[in-house]
Amino acid sequence: MQFGIFTVGDIAPDPATGRAPTEHERITRMVETALKAEEAGLDVYATGEHHNPPFVTSSPTTLLGYIAARTSTILLSTSTTLITTNDPVKIAEDYAMLQHLAGGRLDLMMGRGNTGPVYPWFGKDIHDGISLAVENYALLRRLWREDVVDWQGRFRTPLQSFTSTPRPLDGVPPFVWHGSIRSPEIAEQAAYYGDGFFHNNIFWPKEHTRRMIDLYRTRFEHYGHGPADQAIVGLGGQVFIRRRSQDAITEFRPFFDHSPVYGNGPSLEETMRQTPLSVGSPQEVIDRTLRFREDFGDYQRQLFNVDGMGLPHKAVLEQIDFLGEEVVPVLRKEFAAIRPAHIPDAPTHESLKAAR
Amino acid sequence: MRRAVAVVSAGLGRPSSSRLLADRLAEAAGNELRELGDEADMRVVEVREHAHDLVNNLVSGYPSPELRGALDTVAGADGLIVVTPTFTASYSGLFKAFFEVLDLLDHDALTDKPVLIAATGGTARHSLVLESAMRPLFTYLRCVVVPTSVFAAPEDWGGASAPDLLARRIGRAAAQLAEEIHRRGARAHRDPFEPTPFQELLDGG
Repeated sequence: MQFGIFTVGDIAPDPATGRAPTEHERITRMVETALKAEEAGLDVYATGEHHNPPFVTSSPTTLLGYIAARTSTILLSTSTTLITTNDPVKIAEDYAMLQHLAGGRLDLMMGRGNTGPVYPWFGKDIHDGISLAVENYALLRRLWREDVVDWQGRFRTPLQSFTSTPRPLDGVPPFVWHGSIRSPEIAEQAAYYGDGFFHNNIFWPKEHTRRMIDLYRTRFEHYGHGPADQAIVGLGGQVFIRRRSQDAITEFRPFFDHSPVYGNGPSLEETMRQTPLSVGSPQEVIDRTLRFREDFGDYQRQLFNVDGMGLPHKAVLEQIDFLGEEVVPVLRKEFAAIRPAHIPDAPTHESLKAAR
Repeated sequence: MRRAVAVVSAGLGRPSSSRLLADRLAEAAGNELRELGDEADMRVVEVREHAHDLVNNLVSGYPSPELRGALDTVAGADGLIVVTPTFTASYSGLFKAFFEVLDLLDHDALTDKPVLIAATGGTARHSLVLESAMRPLFTYLRCVVVPTSVFAAPEDWGGASAPDLLARRIGRAAAQLAEEIHRRGARAHRDPFEPTPFQELLDGG
């Protein structure tokens, strides 16, 4: 099972000081966070993609390419790559290039994006969100799998005799996850191709998340990729850890209360009851994460969100220390002990290459 | 056939005149359904009880379990009776919030559902709120709104020149709602998670 962190790449003021990092500080710290994740023994670092303030993550392959050069083991991924507003040809090219530079340490997670104006800014219509995700991804797959592509669709200029370069490393396209919070069509898409399905598992109660994952598993089996319990599932989750539970709550509360997504809604305590948000001691975070398996079945990838909302960089690095030293080692052991032998790991470049 | 009718009342006072009107409409509609040979299962949703959860849902995106239960009651009903007080020339904000949240979570929750619209107000001059605000709202939500709407002004509770005017209107609206519910077959079970086969999506479906 893979454990890692994923970031949105937001800039927010620290409520204690009112000061927000500059873009340069935030970008530099994201790199330091990724390096720290590798040092702490985590498996995956994933970055989001946004094209509007307060986010700095408009150019994920540049960021991940730089991180790739400064790391050697950690798998790089996205959370998510906008399959709707990006040209699928450019995604094919950029991520194949990154895959080569990272020596195969790369996969991607497709998402539609939830910022309305991004669609018109990139010449698209948000009402076409699902159709764009379906058509663009179908083209992206062909570009990575066929050397010469003739193609015609609704949303982009037709292609004749087009070859996307560089070709995927070793002829093995990067593994793809499809992320969606609430669109059954995307779970269906992931199932159809036998790709991975990722639920960000933040904000929403488990009953909802379970329906999305169950749908993906059922349809994965329907399309002949294997039994439902062998479908490739990834989950997010947000944690804030301190040695003592009460210290975690006290320290995290102002960030929660000022957060644009959490603030002015249900209280921190209520949110922790209703959603997977886990603020507490290492043991509490371990127990909460183990429950994800009970709720959603055996799964392959667990990503934690530990930064953003103005959390100071020092606290973020301390989160990674807690994860690397105390939480993930126990989770690895506990998950391994209860995991049936027929449950597969998430595909990697090496495993896909071997299975070719 | 067993017919579930959700009665949504958005009055704020306790007791509220909106709830008073809702109860009379529910009683009348239940009687009409039974006259037609149906069993009537009337389920009241007091929007006030979900006030905080509604606002929380608007900012956080997900419903509390209690609110989820109320929304399911409405989405799963064979017909609706909806009653709002008139605030600043329209339905109350809380009333609107309830249906906004329902629509956010499932755009088709109310499609083709028979609805009886009703309102209360501080003066009879507000009565067009039903035709200028309520009817367009439920038309937008793809409901089938019965022709008779019911407004209760203060004088309708006593002292009106024609004391049975409100009662007659309640009877007529309830009969229309019952008929609209009765003439339909059993409500098909809808699953918002029902997948569209991927080939249809690929074909531009």
